[in-house]
Amino acid sequence: MTTPDTALPPLPDPPDSPARRLSGALHRRPAIRLGGLLAAPLGWMVLAYLGSLVLFLITSFWTVDSFSGNLITQPSLSNYVEIFTGEVYRTIALRTVGMAALVTVTTVLLALPIAFYMAKVASARTRGALVVSILLPLWSGYLVKVYAWRLILSQGGVLNGVLEPLGLHGPGYGEVAVWLVETYLWLPYMIIPIFAGLERVPGSLLEASADLGGRSLTTFRRVVLPLVLPAVVAGSIFTFSLTLGDYITPTLVSNTKFMGNVIYDFLGVAGNQPLAAAYAMVPVVIMIAYLLVARRLGAFEAL
Amino acid sequence: MRKQILVLGAVGALALSACSGGSSGTPKPSVPTAVGDGEGALTLIEWAGYVIGGHAEPVPDGGYDWVTQFETDTGCVVSVKQGLDSSNMVQLMKTGEYDGVSASGDATLRLIAGGDVAPVNTDLIPNYKDVFAGLKNQSYNTVDGQAYGVPHGRGANVLMYSLSDVTPAPDSWSAVFDPSSPYKGKVTAYNYAIYIADAAVYLMATKPDLGIKNPYALDDKQLAAAVDLLKQQKTLIGKYWGTAQEEIDGFANGDMTIGTAWQYQANTINLDSEKVGSVLPKEGATGWSDTWMISSKAKHPNCMYKWMNYIISPLANAQATVWFGEAPVSDAACAEAEKLSPGHCDSFHAKDEEYFKKVWYWNTPRKECLDGRGSICTDFDAWTKAWTDITGS
Amino acid sequence: MQVSRGTRIALRIATMLILAFIYLPIAIIILYSFNASTVATWPIGGLTLDWYAKALVNEGIRSALGTSILAGMGATALALVLGTLIALAVQRYAFFGREAVSFLVILPIALPGIVTGIALNTAFHTVGIGLGLFTIIVGHATFCIVTVYNNVLARLRRTSASFEVASADLGADTFRTFRRITLPAIGTALVAGALLAFALSFDEIIVTNFTAGAGIQTLPIWIFANYSRPNQLPLVNVAAVLVLVLSIIPVYLATRIANGDGAGRT
Repeated sequence: MTTPDTALPPLPDPPDSPARRLSGALHRRPAIRLGGLLAAPLGWMVLAYLGSLVLFLITSFWTVDSFSGNLITQPSLSNYVEIFTGEVYRTIALRTVGMAALVTVTTVLLALPIAFYMAKVASARTRGALVVSILLPLWSGYLVKVYAWRLILSQGGVLNGVLEPLGLHGPGYGEVAVWLVETYLWLPYMIIPIFAGLERVPGSLLEASADLGGRSLTTFRRVVLPLVLPAVVAGSIFTFSLTLGDYITPTLVSNTKFMGNVIYDFLGVAGNQPLAAAYAMVPVVIMIAYLLVARRLGAFEAL
Repeated sequence: MRKQILVLGAVGALALSACSGGSSGTPKPSVPTAVGDGEGALTLIEWAGYVIGGHAEPVPDGGYDWVTQFETDTGCVVSVKQGLDSSNMVQLMKTGEYDGVSASGDATLRLIAGGDVAPVNTDLIPNYKDVFAGLKNQSYNTVDGQAYGVPHGRGANVLMYSLSDVTPAPDSWSAVFDPSSPYKGKVTAYNYAIYIADAAVYLMATKPDLGIKNPYALDDKQLAAAVDLLKQQKTLIGKYWGTAQEEIDGFANGDMTIGTAWQYQANTINLDSEKVGSVLPKEGATGWSDTWMISSKAKHPNCMYKWMNYIISPLANAQATVWFGEAPVSDAACAEAEKLSPGHCDSFHAKDEEYFKKVWYWNTPRKECLDGRGSICTDFDAWTKAWTDITGS
Repeated sequence: MQVSRGTRIALRIATMLILAFIYLPIAIIILYSFNASTVATWPIGGLTLDWYAKALVNEGIRSALGTSILAGMGATALALVLGTLIALAVQRYAFFGREAVSFLVILPIALPGIVTGIALNTAFHTVGIGLGLFTIIVGHATFCIVTVYNNVLARLRRTSASFEVASADLGADTFRTFRRITLPAIGTALVAGALLAFALSFDEIIVTNFTAGAGIQTLPIWIFANYSRPNQLPLVNVAAVLVLVLSIIPVYLATRIANGDGAGRT
């Protein structure tokens, strides 16, 4: 290594300017730099979003004059008593959580093969095409897709048209339909994180596992799965929460109610925001718990 | 971080309570004495199909345009927001961003009580005197003798049935309520709490000992009976409908063959060829008469008054009611409707007050019974929870 | 060869089946954009190109599409800026509450849309902002921040801070360092985040319902409104098909750019 002072002439001093002086000041005061970085985003997130979220949830302790629709701001637990003692609210909550879990499991099972194929088996060109084809349906419109499913599932629809000559019958409208449609809608949101996670798994690990005598399934179970788990959990945040709060799909392809419907009905139909807020606490608490667990499993790095 | 959030929450709560504390005694908005020049714009909340033409809804094939003339005459440019249902309309009106709304009876009284709409000086609306008497001074649009709007039209919720799948032609709601109905799995109903009144209408005929006099005035026992009937009906239901399109789809795709409907759906399905029939069953039915109401916070009150006068003028009302499929509001409107669609007024019983005596217009259930029994009735809040119970169990 | 031949074949078949599952409804959407009848029944009544002709002159579609694109671009830009700022702060500094920031950023997208929508609506009314395009953009940006944040954070973790220090040693000020060193390093992460943010914003209906005012329609709202107008139903499918076709090239380009540096592949 040559000694420094024989090689290069000294750099000229850069010209002075207001930007440089500001930059210098920032450099000397890391706290202000930090503050500057955080001010705008945190300002919005904390004050506006979080603040109004807290406000909304605080209204769950109020009540509403049932005729005029005006708020009565005396604190009361009556909303919570109502949703905890009403059997139908429990039924609906269980139904919704169960559906969210089922949809999550199904999307994982569907996403793993295709994501693995894209990440590890497909050629670069095929991979590119596959990524585009997974992303493209995200642009065709939520409602349009649900209505397409109505055409598939209805009594005189595509599915029955194919099954009836065989003597079979489609599921029609109902909870099975909700499961099918929700799985369909959120599948891309599971494929993409798993694909990204699998990309990060070095191919050398798979080779090493094969060298050590592991067959495909064993390699998958003991090498790939643990490494891709954070990505799976990350994707599940989307599929679980999106199913948990959806009220449009259940209304269009079933005759029953999910949690989102109840919140929407309390809010929009009954004009009872406090009761809607009280019931909304259920998915909020569930999701916060879910997020805490997901963070422990490393999902936040794999989103 | 957590402490900051708590402080923020507390401050916010205080602020909110301070704000809303003042609105508990809503002052009654005053009635104008004259209509001035148009303000140049008008924002309306409408049922889909109520405000077509001009800058509002685009004119469909074979449809009419009744807004362009209004905009030309008054200079008020109309923009519309479609309400999804009555409660959505109430919610939207509360934001104060709209000048008027075509409210059904299950929204009108809530809007009045909430102070969201202003009383209307009908002297300032020249066409009002020609409106059928049966549409004025109704319990859903008039409070203490004070009118709160002008009618758009009226119609009944009919029993619609597939001509090929339902024989003989039904004449009773038992086809959709009776557990032994032959149409099990293909029945449809309106997926909204107000449908409880339809069950009540059926109970008025089949279980008179329940003592129901008005399907919107149900005490706890009567509501429970209606809920039982509707839970039983759920086993017959193929699919509920929430929007007109959903029902049209349902009949077209074989998911539904019989159920409650607006004449609009029947007319639309029968456009190409006659596929469905519609009938007002012998037990009577619920119905609706929508009222154009003016917001208490209207930014363009003059334009709104002009609109209220225009929509009940003969040609505009004829176009609007022929298009949607409901009865026009005056003799003159009927005369215009005959030119657009011969036989329209007869088929919608526009002048038949006896017919409409069997129609229970959508109204707002309240604790104070609508039939005068006192404060023992269930309100819309209770009906909404009952509907959740029926569909969500 | 990293996986056995049997596994490869199995995976290939599975992929094709899953792709078929994904594209069956899309095929139906495309088919029914040619529907001659205004009601969608199976089998299809008749085919016509009329709806495409109508779509091209339809004022509603054009303005809704324009609004959606504007909202998407605005939300993405906002999310890019805010997400990058937060990611830089979290990655390069240690401060009280750092753990909570990741949590906070993901909250808008993890909570049910209706809750986020109501919260934002309340926020706007309390602050006194009228609902319109601006509130749509801000609302979307709130839940789009997380996609940018996570991508940039992941990239910053893999990028050594020593480059920035070296740049400062060589005399560059903070802004220059950011422009010439940091930005290129996170560039493709920004593109990936922006792509997903735009997609999220473009298709969003629930939160938008609560943050859009009267008279303004994004494409999903236009679609929603049109489902209660029985006479123009195939028009909705046409709109969906047009959007699909129009987005093929941008999505393709974006994915190429995002994977451009091939970071992380071994």
